[in-house]
Amino acid sequence: MYLTKNEERMLDGEEGYAVKKSMEILVALGNIYGAEKLVKIGSVQVAGVSYHNLGDAGLEYLNELAKDGKVKVLTTLNPAGMDLENWRKLGIDEEFARKQNLVIDAFRKMGIIISCTCTPYLIGNLPIYGEHIAWSESSAVTFANSVIGAKTNREGGPSALAAAFVGKTPCYGLHLDTNRAPDTHVEVTAKLTTFSDWGALGYCVGKQVQNKIPYITGINDVSLDELKSFCASVVTFGSKPLFHMKGITPESEKHQPPKEKIVIDDSDIREAYEAINDDTEDIDFVCIGCPHASIKEIAEIANLLKNRKISPNTEFWVATSRPMKQLADKRGYTRIIEEAGGKFACDTCMAVAPLKGRFRTVATTSAKGCYYSRHNNMLTKMGSLEECINAGVSGKWS
Amino acid sequence: MELKGRIISKGIAEGEALTTTQPISFYGGVDPETSEILEKGHELQGKRIKGKILVFPTGKGSTVGSYTLYRLKKGGVAPAGIINRECETVVAVGAIISEIPCVDEVDISQIKTGDTVRIENGVVTIKK
Repeated sequence: MYLTKNEERMLDGEEGYAVKKSMEILVALGNIYGAEKLVKIGSVQVAGVSYHNLGDAGLEYLNELAKDGKVKVLTTLNPAGMDLENWRKLGIDEEFARKQNLVIDAFRKMGIIISCTCTPYLIGNLPIYGEHIAWSESSAVTFANSVIGAKTNREGGPSALAAAFVGKTPCYGLHLDTNRAPDTHVEVTAKLTTFSDWGALGYCVGKQVQNKIPYITGINDVSLDELKSFCASVVTFGSKPLFHMKGITPESEKHQPPKEKIVIDDSDIREAYEAINDDTEDIDFVCIGCPHASIKEIAEIANLLKNRKISPNTEFWVATSRPMKQLADKRGYTRIIEEAGGKFACDTCMAVAPLKGRFRTVATTSAKGCYYSRHNNMLTKMGSLEECINAGVSGKWS
Repeated sequence: MELKGRIISKGIAEGEALTTTQPISFYGGVDPETSEILEKGHELQGKRIKGKILVFPTGKGSTVGSYTLYRLKKGGVAPAGIINRECETVVAVGAIISEIPCVDEVDISQIKTGDTVRIENGVVTIKK
């Protein structure tokens, strides 16, 4: 890989330990994946924030980097393992909170914005069309590549951090236009009615196109929240973190549907629900907001929860970013949701909080949320927002 | 016998080879305290990788696995070196931040468990 004089100097350690280690990582990855050079990036999203996943090893490395490492571009953070302010209310223990705060301190020292959300594009880290970025968090990577048309590989936490310290990333994979063309045509004939149908569609497409780029036709009407849910699901269940959707995503106009074609119909969507849903009636946990809920979704939750009470046997979370919660406070949604017995889980989510062993069953609108909850040994139910709210109120899935 | 590879992480290492034909996931698949391979059904399940030249085709699993290698190193139970057929992100990053010598693009079928192996400047020397 070609390096400029300045990049050589960084590799030689002239800017300190964090930059040197970062350059070593970027050069190794560039060589492995055949990059010709490094390319400047506009922003970074760093995953690997929850102490639950990092452990002491991750914390130790982050502290080492924080000694002299400062990010060179706008850098935001994925969800942590807890609400950074109200962790006690969510049942997080003292020791976990102490360790999680040390992780956050290290990131803060590096100059990273403590955004703790998987939807950076909703809170001020919004790339533009064609912009090179280095993001981790697969749902956000898929959103940035597909819906916006920015360019990023699916980075891991450490490689995203390395890019942030250098301000560049090796130019391979999805940074190159030649690698962004679709491989498979996916025609959707299924009728999509509720929000969770988009998670189910993501499941169907992801499972069928395994590690390919789908070109999706047949979608005429979709909202940002539905795309956000689809992005999370399609990549969790197997596609590359990029899709084209005719008439919806910007790069779809550049391409024709490939010859290889699959059709997703109503029966596929039904089968997705059957695969995602377990056999259970009692629901002891309801979580909305995977990916993090937008202000529009929070408004819908508040509307459905007005003058109702969450069952005493059920924990009800709205997972979102702190800025969304602040908007919800001003609009009165927070009061409605909390009076009903619901809790806000800011800065964290059902995928990265230490939930193993705490709940037996979960109801959610999110296919990705179900996938990670099974890792936490929960039985899962995916359904519409109405169904999930009803499950929260009655403690039963019906 | 000498095998020429590609340097992923610099350095010199020598030790007894521990080889597998199966990919390794470090996050969840290796105990960061004891260096024991935990993955159920893995060829190396129950084996400790401390001080070994660990030879496997490629890495797999969560990128948090890079930090597991770092923790092994800090705890003094890391492998002495790593040889892959095709290195990927998790192992490359883990080897670099932990300063564990690592080479790839090596015909790993030539190396047997128990061989004494040396890694230096991208060259793997096998002393039976």
